[in-house]
Amino acid sequence: MEETEMNTKALVTFFALMASLTGAQARAQIVQIDGSSTVFPVTEAVAEEFQKAKKGKVKVTVGISGTGGGFKKFCRGETDISDASRPILKQEMEACKQASVQYYELPVAFDALTVMVNPKNDWVSSMTVADLKKIWEPAAQGKVTTWNQVRASWPNAPLKLFGPGADSGTFDYFTEAIVGKAKASRGDFTASEDDNVLVQGIANDKNALGYFGFAYYVENQKKLKAVGIDGGKEVVPPSPKTVEDGTYQPLSRPIFIYVSKKAAEKPEVKEFVEFYMQNAAKLVRQIKYVALPANAYTLGLEHFQKGKIGTVFGGEAQVGIKIEELLKREAKF
Amino acid sequence: MERNQSSRDNKTARRKFYDRTFAMLGLLATFIGLITLFALMIDLATDGAGRLSRQFLLSFPSRFPEQAGILSAWVGTTLVMLVTALTAVPLGVAAGVYLEEYAPKNWLTALIEINIANLAGVPSIVYGLMALGLFVYQLRLGHSILTAGLTLALLILPIVIVATREAIRAVPGIMREAAYALGATKWQMVKDHVLPYSTGGILTGVIIALSRAIGETAPLITIGALTFIAFLPDSPVKPEFPFISFDWLMSPFTVMPIQMFNWVSRPQEEFHLNAAATGLVLMVMTLAMNALAIYLRYRFRKRIRW
Repeated sequence: MEETEMNTKALVTFFALMASLTGAQARAQIVQIDGSSTVFPVTEAVAEEFQKAKKGKVKVTVGISGTGGGFKKFCRGETDISDASRPILKQEMEACKQASVQYYELPVAFDALTVMVNPKNDWVSSMTVADLKKIWEPAAQGKVTTWNQVRASWPNAPLKLFGPGADSGTFDYFTEAIVGKAKASRGDFTASEDDNVLVQGIANDKNALGYFGFAYYVENQKKLKAVGIDGGKEVVPPSPKTVEDGTYQPLSRPIFIYVSKKAAEKPEVKEFVEFYMQNAAKLVRQIKYVALPANAYTLGLEHFQKGKIGTVFGGEAQVGIKIEELLKREAKF
Repeated sequence: MERNQSSRDNKTARRKFYDRTFAMLGLLATFIGLITLFALMIDLATDGAGRLSRQFLLSFPSRFPEQAGILSAWVGTTLVMLVTALTAVPLGVAAGVYLEEYAPKNWLTALIEINIANLAGVPSIVYGLMALGLFVYQLRLGHSILTAGLTLALLILPIVIVATREAIRAVPGIMREAAYALGATKWQMVKDHVLPYSTGGILTGVIIALSRAIGETAPLITIGALTFIAFLPDSPVKPEFPFISFDWLMSPFTVMPIQMFNWVSRPQEEFHLNAAATGLVLMVMTLAMNALAIYLRYRFRKRIRW
């Protein structure tokens, strides 16, 4: 008697559970975003403001699976928007095409890399790309170990290198821009996925040299000395101004959001993207990233509203393009 | 005679010396553990205590460090741990009881036992990948609290099973024989004697297992836990019929370690303080969970009279 009663109870609970599970999904308006942790702070800021503006009627979620992980989900149709710290790559375009996921590519901010030395370092204030290549290329491993090997005028002091780990988009971009090939780097340097660890490392060693995201330099200006990039004609120090006007090259690049065309047909996603482009300039500055020129956001919004889909990169990372030029290009699929 | 006496004294002195040495070493080992824990807590407290406030506990994440809070994170962690405990404890205890009391002693059982012991050493990211394939794509449970709870349950299942078996083994065989002698069936013997007597040991295992699960990040990021989420899961209690709802199980979520990880890697110092404060809260949550288990253990032990 007692046993049958228990069985019935269990059965009822089970069915209630199943019923509630199946009914749960489609009800709320949710904008789902995943992707790069570099873009995350921008998207987080926009999501925060957007939810406030909509008084909680639309929910926004943001994950940090990384640019590659984000695209995997995006091309499976699991997310509405993908944060990306680099343009979509060929194999990702292919995956999206196969799942017939079409997308808008919208630049939302600049990400700049900064080359750093210790403030006590009195011999370096600028370097050329060739200097940096000499230090960081794979052939330098175990060979270029003192400063005077890079330039004879620099002291005979050990060269202590710090950089992000091989999984980070920053590493990909730096190697691409300096060495000429993504992921081609010497391996004998102190690597950390956490840029704060790199900050500490460089701040505590007179002979250190390293690179990481501009925002980490901005927060630690007293502990670090930024190295200007010598392009032959003039030395360009990293600053919001030089990044925005495109003279700080090749170490600055735009970062993007990719919006699924199908998802953009949903009013909440469309509204979110419009809100993104309209408010990005202000919010990007608040989180101490470098904003795009104002017309870049208007153009991006225009492309989105007129339905200009596809990528302008053709599946390859490119170094040193100005943002205006980007937005004028014709998209490919 | 005299010489014998003195050599005996020598030996005794030496043995006593070893005895004292070992006691000292043991004490030292204990202190190393304790000092590490205290150093960690003091470090977190000096950085994070200033950020602890009602506002911090009741706010969602924000781009402004001073407005940011951990509401979605601690609610997420609590619910995920609830699912984990409710899944792993019954399954783990049942499997442990079966292996110890029911399973025939043959090569198959031995194989299962070895496998379970090995499972406890599998890196947690592997569980995440498996859960992504099984729960998210095959069973279509989504990137949800349910998926996360089940994933962590699988992760700690081996620990619960092994702890259960150890606890059951500590119940003296005469208790079982006495129960049989009075005509009890195997199930009655297990239910009325073995389980009550071993509950204390089982709970200790459960504490260790849940403490491991609460700090996990990697498998949860793999199955799609979020980082920014500014709303709470659906309420489990409803004003209208049928009054309870399981919608929260399917809700997207984040957990404390993920929130901490995100804040630690941000450039601004203020976010690092938030991360330290989150660490403090996580530690308090772990201690609270353990305190509950210790209390339960105490209650069970008090009831036992042999």
